[in-house]
Order: sequence, then structure tokens, then C-alpha cells
Amino acid sequence: MDFQEKLVHDLVAKHGTDRENLLPILQGVIDQERYLSEEAILKIAKEMSIPAADVYGTATFYSFLDTDPRGKYVIRVCKTITCAMKGKNQIIQAIENFLKIKVGETTIDKKFTILQTNCLGWCHKAPAMLVNDDVYTELTPESVVDILREYREEN
Amino acid sequence: MTTTKKQLHRIDLIFKNEQDCKEILRNALARSNQEVINEMVNSGLKGRGGAGFPTGLKWKLTAEQKVDEKFVICNADEGEPGTFKDREILTRVPHKVLSGMAVCAKIIGARKGYIYLRGEYKFLVPNLKKELRRFHDILDELGLDFRVEIFMGSGAYICGEESALFESMEGKRGEPRNKPPFPTEIGYLNKPTVINNVETLAHSYTILKYGAKKFRELGVKDSRGSKVFSVSGDTPIPGIYELELGMSVQDFVDDFGDGDTKAVQVGGASGFLVPRKRFGKTSIGYQGKLTGISLPTGGSMMIFNSSRSMYNVLNNYLDFFEEESCGQCTPCRVGCQQLLKGIKAVKRGEKPASYLDQLLKLTDTMKLTAKCGLGQSVANSFSSIVENFREEMIY
Ligand SMILES: Cc1cc2nc3c(=O)[nH]c(=O)nc-3n(C[C@H](O)[C@H](O)[C@H](O)COP(=O)(O)O)c2cc1C
Ligand code: SF4
Ligand code: FES
Repeated sequence: MDFQEKLVHDLVAKHGTDRENLLPILQGVIDQERYLSEEAILKIAKEMSIPAADVYGTATFYSFLDTDPRGKYVIRVCKTITCAMKGKNQIIQAIENFLKIKVGETTIDKKFTILQTNCLGWCHKAPAMLVNDDVYTELTPESVVDILREYREEN
Repeated sequence: MTTTKKQLHRIDLIFKNEQDCKEILRNALARSNQEVINEMVNSGLKGRGGAGFPTGLKWKLTAEQKVDEKFVICNADEGEPGTFKDREILTRVPHKVLSGMAVCAKIIGARKGYIYLRGEYKFLVPNLKKELRRFHDILDELGLDFRVEIFMGSGAYICGEESALFESMEGKRGEPRNKPPFPTEIGYLNKPTVINNVETLAHSYTILKYGAKKFRELGVKDSRGSKVFSVSGDTPIPGIYELELGMSVQDFVDDFGDGDTKAVQVGGASGFLVPRKRFGKTSIGYQGKLTGISLPTGGSMMIFNSSRSMYNVLNNYLDFFEEESCGQCTPCRVGCQQLLKGIKAVKRGEKPASYLDQLLKLTDTMKLTAKCGLGQSVANSFSSIVENFREEMIY
């Protein structure tokens, strides 16, 4: 069994094959692989006996269940009104300059992807972003680079 | 300025550090179901997720269903722009929310509950799980057969809409269902379900502890109790505040504004923009039907000062709706796209100013024909912004 097969198999064993468990299983794959590859979707469909089209249709509905390859760290910068008012464009600019990629792109070393997202629920501390599940608030063009530098330099 | 700043009365109920949930639960569980339902009905508590449905009635209707399996669901999807109070409640007083769920479960006859937590709040999970273990121990001690699980969302605003939330929990696309039937009859897995906002459940703890009478002393007619507000935008003191319902927008602005407030968005992108000239005439509450005089809200208060372009604000909201529309029904899917395209065309001079009136008509149609609250409420911010700041849309 390859890594992905084992991952899907274990997730289905843990949650069960009922349709209600589809989201937790998709989320489990995302946690490990950061996106849902076609192979992963086919494996889930087979293990749960759900048509692959249904698995795909469900996955593509949710913005956190990416079906495009993503970097190890997915950066999601809030673009909703308060963050937009408090300088989200400068934050994006600083990230793009630092990582040398644009929003929607992934670095060549597959370490970072930059995305935008809607209100993160931190408007009183805008601008805000997520790096995977971690929240960063009251960002400045300087602080965001410091944060990403730490991610880049780890291990 | 020489005048001292007027301050709205701060309430300290929800976040008050109270560790007596075992006692509160013991007492509540000892009372008859009818008694507790009466207490909830008498409190006048209305849902704090935005729509303001009477909570006691919701519990009563679900209790009356003669079905074996029922569910209690805490809606922690909190995706409305400008809302962040549920996160704070779940961080600081999760046991109050859980107590509300447990009492509801006993009354309606549910053995299973879920917290539907938005994916953006995943960092809350370790702490919540710890709370859940503690809480389940208490339930065992009290002999209540009820368990709560966390179900994670995955980044879709529409899943905060209750029927979309059920679909999502059932492993499907989060597409809202037709109503009726309502969740009190047909909810999660087609079973009768009480779905309440995080804050609503926390208030029920307060009501069980202090009684309906005490709760009713706060607020005004039809809008009883306190409400947790999420205050953001152009304010020197952004944050989370528990205030009495019924305040006027003017009093709110005097307290929270930066001295140059041009407008306040009440209830997030799906709510209403209140321009300066209406501050005095608009209050915050749930009085009867929507009149534009008293605005219901999930508690999002976004403040804009005179440096802000209302065109940019509306553009940002429409971007949001266009992205978050589930696409299931045409009025909303196509409507959101057309509105966004339309205001841009007017701004660029490609369409005459009168085109705005056509767009206003389109939002009227959406209000009538869209399947769920998302498409129906686009008209709220659209018309309140376009009608009050027409110049800014054009020039
Ligand atoms: C588009 C849309 C999004 C919603 N999002 C939320 C939400 O994030 N949290 C919430 O509690 N209610 C939300 N609601 C309201 C729910 O459908 C439902 O009315 C609420 O959870 C009921 O709880 P309450 O009576 O305690 O307010 C939303 C409604 C719509 C139409
Ligand atoms: S109104 Fe919009 S969000 Fe609601 S069901 Fe229709 S398309 Fe989906
Ligand atoms: S607008 Fe960015 S966190 Fe709410």
C-alpha cells in the first residue's frame, strides 16, 4: 500500500463509510497532502462506495478542500471589507515580493501558496491571515515578512 | 472637544467567569420540561445568529415532535463579515454553550449534539476537546445521556445557513434546502433538530441561572436581553462588547465612532448600511418586521468614516456574495454577477446612472425569488448603499 492508499484507508476506518463522514475524511487528506488529487478522490470514492463524481462535486464546493496542488504552507490573506480598509493590499504586496510569486501561485520548492479568502473573524485585529490553521493578525508589511521568514527557515 | 464622551452601558453576563455549570445543569434537569420551556419562552430570548427566531418556541416545537432520534446543533460557522463574537464565546465560556445544548437536549429528547465549527477556527479545537471531556464527565455524573462532537466546516459562508449546514454535515455540497419543512421537523439526517447560534446557547445558560425575569429587565420591548456586538472598522476601540438591545445607532456611534463617522453597517454584508442622517432614527433590535427603523443583527457593527468610498464598500460586499453564492438558484447566481458587473460599468461610465435603478429592481426580484437568505438579503446592503450614496456610485 502506498502512503496515500494507507492514509485514505485509515481515515475511512476511523470515521466510517457513511456519507456523513465524507467531509472529515476529505479534511484528513488535506491535512496531510494539502490538496485532493484525482487519485485521492478515486481512492476515497472506492473505499466509501460513493460515485467519484459525488466526492469531487462535494470537494469542489468548499474553498478549503483544494483540488489543485498547494504548497506545504497555504497562506490565506483576508480580503473582506475591514481587512481591505486596513491595508490588505500592502500585505499581499509584501508577501508577493518576499516569495516572488503572485496570488494563486505556489513557490517552486512547493513550500508556499498564496491565496485570498473571505472574512476570517478577526476584523477587530485587521489585517489578518491564516497560514494553514494558524492565525496572524494586525499584520504590517514588515511583520508578515518576519512571520514567513520563520516558516521558510524552519528545518 | 470639551464634552465628555457618552458611554453605553456595558453588560457583563456572557463572559462573566462562572464555573457553576454543574449546579445550573442539576437544577435545570430537575425541573419539568414544560417549566424550562416556559422559562425560555418568558425570557423573550431570540436567536442571536441574525434572524431572531424565538428560542423557547424553537425548543418547544422540536420537543413536540414524536420521533425517536433528534439532534441539537450549535451553529459556530460565524462567517458574516464583521462578526467574531462566537469565537470569543467559544474561547472564554464554552461550558455555558455546552450547558445550553445539554438542557435543550434533555427537553427535546436528543442524545447527540454537534458544534459545527468553521474551518477558519480550527485552532480552537484542542481547547474545545478538553472542555468536552470535562463536560461529558459532568453529564455522566448527572446521568444525562448526551454527547457532543465537533464537526469542522471547510470554508463556505453559505454553510452557516441552517439547511446548508445539515447538507454539509451529511457529506454533501452545502446547498440550502427549500423551506418549509423547517429543522424543528426535518433537520440533520431528516430528523427534528434544534439549531442555535453559539451566543443564543450561552444566553440560555444565563436565563437558567438568573431566571427569565432578570433577562427581560435588559433590552426593550420585543428585543429582550443583552447582545454581544463585534465592533470593527474606523473606531479607536474595535473589539467585542456585550450591550443592551434597543440602543440607537447614534448612541452607538457616540461611544464607538472616531468622531468622523459617515455610516455604520449593521449586521454584516447581508445587513443594512445606516448613513449619518439616520443614526438617530435607527435602533438595534428585533421589533416586529423589518422596517429600517429597528435592525436585527447577528451583532456585526462596521464603522466607516468619511475617508471611505462607499463604492469600494459595496464592491467588496458584492465580490463576497458572488463568491459565496452556492450557485444553486439562478436569481442569486446570475443576480450577484450582474450587480457586480453593473456597478463597475456605471462607475466606468459605460452605463448611465439610471442603470442603478435597474439594478435596484434586480435586487427586489432577488429578494422575492432567491431560495435562501443569502440571495434574499443582497438587496439590504445594495439598496441602502445605492440609495444613500448614489453620487459615490457614479463619480
Ligand atoms: C447565508 C446565511 C448565513 C448564515 N450564517 C450563520 C452563521 O454563521 N451562524 C449562525 O448562527 N447563523 C447563521 N445563519 C442563520 C441560520 O440559518 C440560523 O437561523 C441560525 O443558526 C439559528 O440560530 P438562532 O435562532 O440561535 O439564531 C445564516 C443564515 C444565512 C441565510
Ligand atoms: S439564494 Fe444563493 S446561496 Fe441561496 S440557494 Fe440560491 S444560489 Fe444558493
Ligand atoms: S474582514 Fe478580514 S477578518 Fe473580517
